[in-house]
Amino acid sequence: MTETQTAISDEIAAIAKAHEAAGIEEPQPRLDYPPYRSSLLRHPTKDLHHADPEGIELWAPVFGERDIDPLEADLTIQHGGEPVGERMLVTGRVVDGEGRPVRGQLVEIWQANAGGRYVHKRDQHPAPLDPNFTGVGRCLTDADGTYAFTTIKPGPYPWRNHRNAWRPAHIHFSLFGTEFTQRMVTQMYFPGDPLFALDPIYQAIVDPAARARLVATYDHDLTTPEWATGYRWDIVLTGSHRTLMEPEGDHA
Amino acid sequence: MSTLVPTPGQTVGPFFHYALPYPGDRDLVPPGSPGSVRLHGTVYDGAGNPVPDALVEIWQPDPEGRVVQAQGSIRRDGHTFTGFGRSSSDRLGGYTFTTLPPGPMAPGRPAYFAVTVFARGLLNRLFTRAYLPLADGASDPVLDGVDPDRRATLVCAADEQGYRFDVRLQGEGETVFLTYPGH
Repeated sequence: MTETQTAISDEIAAIAKAHEAAGIEEPQPRLDYPPYRSSLLRHPTKDLHHADPEGIELWAPVFGERDIDPLEADLTIQHGGEPVGERMLVTGRVVDGEGRPVRGQLVEIWQANAGGRYVHKRDQHPAPLDPNFTGVGRCLTDADGTYAFTTIKPGPYPWRNHRNAWRPAHIHFSLFGTEFTQRMVTQMYFPGDPLFALDPIYQAIVDPAARARLVATYDHDLTTPEWATGYRWDIVLTGSHRTLMEPEGDHA
Repeated sequence: MSTLVPTPGQTVGPFFHYALPYPGDRDLVPPGSPGSVRLHGTVYDGAGNPVPDALVEIWQPDPEGRVVQAQGSIRRDGHTFTGFGRSSSDRLGGYTFTTLPPGPMAPGRPAYFAVTVFARGLLNRLFTRAYLPLADGASDPVLDGVDPDRRATLVCAADEQGYRFDVRLQGEGETVFLTYPGH
């Protein structure tokens, strides 16, 4: 871990410059992104094989009220006391590629505590664990495709990609959609984070407009007096395939 | 066609273990139940080393080839087959499921598990298929479209416990990963 942030930042800049010169849209992260050192041996080197989804792939598993307790959407009440940090509401809509709400769908989140520490034995960051915060939540989207969590704003934390590497504060999200091919895991970030330019995981999405889609918006109307700040973040899943075979009327 | 640009994916990161795994996640049916099989394997990186921080999910039809749309994958009741399972890899890169073999979804077509792979260091999820061992003359548009040298990476090997399906993220024997229209 002797490489400096400057060396990593130079690599990030060179890739960004080449991307800009190429003028090709890249809405998803690169799987092959050398500044993120852990990706070196973990990205496929061969092109992904184009397949038409069929059969089981045109459906997604169903999660519902049997699977989730509504209290799991509040990460601040899982223990005996109040967690330390900035209490925060995070909400948004999950829609499919045609903009239709994705209803009754499982959303899972996990995150560090306010000090940037995960409840994980391999997290060696010497920030305090919070006995009142685990950082795991689940909910189902409502009839409008809206999810909502009450939580604590996570802190940034160091990691060992290179010397003095720090991750921007983020919340991990896991989503399903209505078809297998819509399954995704991503990270939500916070506006104005000074670590964005330095972070190879965030910068692996080489298109600036695409990166910006992972940044939540501060919403003062969502902020609750004397209680919690509010952030809004909408999620677009990939387009569905199954519904293409249904009558046009269903698209209304 | 999609009219909106999908939200980008990101790596699952190193710390998903206290969040995504849950009790019974890998047991689609109780271990030891009649007709149950193990689907298991190892996730390898490009140096041939096991990946201890990967997450493998399967989604499958029931043995009759029917899509199940039942709740209960997270709070399993011990008898409802939901078709979904999740297994984090262990220190040796191994994952395992106890399940029922999927049935073919159309006459004459080989049956498969739909598989999703996540890992630290992997910047977006990967999709693939784990086909049951193929009968002679079996034909399938995805298998037929893959370079014959790589086709075996999509097919389980039968063993005494059920089926073995290794995932190689990179390098020799690299698994064929799939992408779909609109991705």
